[in-house]
Amino acid sequence: MTATLDRVDVPRTAPARGRSRARARHRLTVLAFLAPAAIGFALFFGYPLIATVVFSFTRYDLINPPEWIGLENYAYMFGDKLFLTAVTNTLWFVVVLTFARVVFALGVASVIARLKSGVGLVRTLCYLPSLAPPVAATLVFFLVMRPNDGPLDVVLGWFGIQSPLWFADPAWSKAGITAVMLWVSGDLMIIILAAVLDVPQEQYEAAELDGAGPLRRWWHITLPSISPVLMFGVVNSIILALQLFTQAVVAGSAASGAADLTGNTKYLGFPENSTLTFPVWLYTQGFRYFDMGYAAAMATVLFVISFIATAFLVQRMRRASHQEEGGPGA
Amino acid sequence: MRKVPRAVLLCVAAAVSLSACAAGAGKSDQPGGLGAAPGKDDKFTLTVWSNYSAREQEEVTKALETFKKKYPNAEIKHEGSQDDDKITASIRGGNPPDVAMSFTTDNIGQFCSSGSFQDLKPYIDRDKVDLNQITDAVRSYTEYKGNRCAMPLLSDIYGLYYNKELLAAAGITTPPKTTAELLDFAKRTTKKAADGSIEVAGFLPNMLFYANRPPIWAPNFGAKWEGPDGKSSLATPEWAEMLKFQKELVDFYGFDNLERFRAGLGQEYSTDHAFHQQKIAMMIDGEYRTAFLKDQAPNVKFGTAPFPTVRPDLYGTGFTTGTIMGVPKGAKNPGAAWELIKHLSFDTPTVVSLANGIKNIPSTKAALADPGLEVDENFKTFIDLAKSTKLQGNPVTPIGDAHIKLIGDFATSWQSGKVSDLMGGLKEVDKQIDDQIAKSGK
Repeated sequence: MTATLDRVDVPRTAPARGRSRARARHRLTVLAFLAPAAIGFALFFGYPLIATVVFSFTRYDLINPPEWIGLENYAYMFGDKLFLTAVTNTLWFVVVLTFARVVFALGVASVIARLKSGVGLVRTLCYLPSLAPPVAATLVFFLVMRPNDGPLDVVLGWFGIQSPLWFADPAWSKAGITAVMLWVSGDLMIIILAAVLDVPQEQYEAAELDGAGPLRRWWHITLPSISPVLMFGVVNSIILALQLFTQAVVAGSAASGAADLTGNTKYLGFPENSTLTFPVWLYTQGFRYFDMGYAAAMATVLFVISFIATAFLVQRMRRASHQEEGGPGA
Repeated sequence: MRKVPRAVLLCVAAAVSLSACAAGAGKSDQPGGLGAAPGKDDKFTLTVWSNYSAREQEEVTKALETFKKKYPNAEIKHEGSQDDDKITASIRGGNPPDVAMSFTTDNIGQFCSSGSFQDLKPYIDRDKVDLNQITDAVRSYTEYKGNRCAMPLLSDIYGLYYNKELLAAAGITTPPKTTAELLDFAKRTTKKAADGSIEVAGFLPNMLFYANRPPIWAPNFGAKWEGPDGKSSLATPEWAEMLKFQKELVDFYGFDNLERFRAGLGQEYSTDHAFHQQKIAMMIDGEYRTAFLKDQAPNVKFGTAPFPTVRPDLYGTGFTTGTIMGVPKGAKNPGAAWELIKHLSFDTPTVVSLANGIKNIPSTKAALADPGLEVDENFKTFIDLAKSTKLQGNPVTPIGDAHIKLIGDFATSWQSGKVSDLMGGLKEVDKQIDDQIAKSGK
């Protein structure tokens, strides 16, 4: 037998009208409370976003009125070799940096979580670099990793190892920047640490009674428990990689001996465009070549890619979270 | 009920997008106008933005203060460390300085063609200013396609620096005059350790390091940027000659060996600069290096000379660029701003005093000949170059430094051995430059 519910039109009675008015009032109240945030969102997110999309169909030199050119900017991308270079470089960071950052932060957090003493000190020391300004952090790494007389090169030399040229070598420059980014990933480490510490101890104790060793406990209890946080770390790292700018500019400038130069004398992308990330090329087109229309088209493409990647991962994250709660997919 | 908010949202979105266009469009409608010159006793304030800092900013401020000899009641606010991004943002915001000074001479094409800097020709005609007072090469990089929107504030000229002791140790008594000699001297002055690593490089050929930039090298190889049709013309024997010279020296050192040596050298304006540390025997650099050497490496015994050329008849040529200054669109007091620019450009005592202060080259013929100009043996090389008619100015395009990046990138790929077809590669660079210019619509 199938139970059905037939809709019955009931004449509106006085209490029903009252409920309707109350609902409208409630809706207005909610809207009033939302208004400041909604207006801010519209002004500082909606407006720039729509303006960027509109500008992407124009030729715009920042000074004169934009001139409508349809899809020309998008068509130009396909023939722009440096656009493809920038996309490739950024994809490299999206894959390598995202993986390395999450694994590194998880590793450090897992170690700190097991420390018996000095936890506060170690946690602070691991977190502190994330407060360093990106320019300073990159320059520090540049000096530490400088060939011939940098401390890292000297130490490796003691073991008879010749270090790579790091920022000066197109094959290693992105790895050098990744090292900087790992050093300043204390913020993610703290978030993961909080999640690790939040895993109920009873689960560990039960697993221990069942004979599970530390590695199996970590694999079967810790990891599944913190998977939503790890997924957040992945999304966060992807966005970070997609927006990588300062470290790439500083590393390239320092490697070309031009860290102390200003303006256009800096060589963006040095060496051999290996540090030319998508945002760096976007900035170059917009502010150094004065082609804001093309830069806007690039920004639109970046937004769409980021949106799709984030939406996909958030969906995965929700599904994973749902499974963990014993939902239909479990 | 639900349809109404959606319609409202759509209207808001449309209004926002329209206003986005209007936001860009509105800023361009401010009239530049031909400002009247202020009266001698008028009280007015001028804001000047420059990218100078520290000691140089103080010297420029001193030069600006001399304007008060003509206008005693003028007040000048000089703000340093302002780059082109800030200047452009201020123009867009409708609140630019009265006078903007830019280090980025590559942007002159954009400044003039977009109207970021006001056309100065009406002022020049009105005041009957003789532009022939400025040397030809300097004039070339301060205008774009006949639109004079900027004036020079001194200039930089590039020449050869050589370490006298390192050359003497190799039995060389005079600096090289041809690139063939430079190649020979570079090899003879290079010192290698037992393991083959470089200890002293005779001449560092790495492109995009220190002053090794295509526009700086090009004049000495007779290489031009444009053909008669106005298109990019890098696929020429001159450009190929320049790159072959570079590659021959790179191959002499061995690319990997050279890169390892280069990667350990100091930054261009630090005391660790390789020439200061006597790690390179010869280099190309601007006249300003004389002041840096005097200040940071007084023990280095160096000489200067015109940079060697590929052909003897080119000897005495060189590259010049420099700070440019203009009246931004929307400046509050363009008439007084022009008077200040005119003063800084042509008032000989001011130009000479500033040139002495920051060790740059005066950009007027009168100042170059002024006895008050402090000229020692090494600085004289650059003064002589400035007087030469062979000097070549910074290439001017409406695409910022895109053309320089494209050929610079190509040169770095070439030096690392990743390019097999030199002329084919140069043709590709030509195409990329032309495409970028075509995209700009200018």
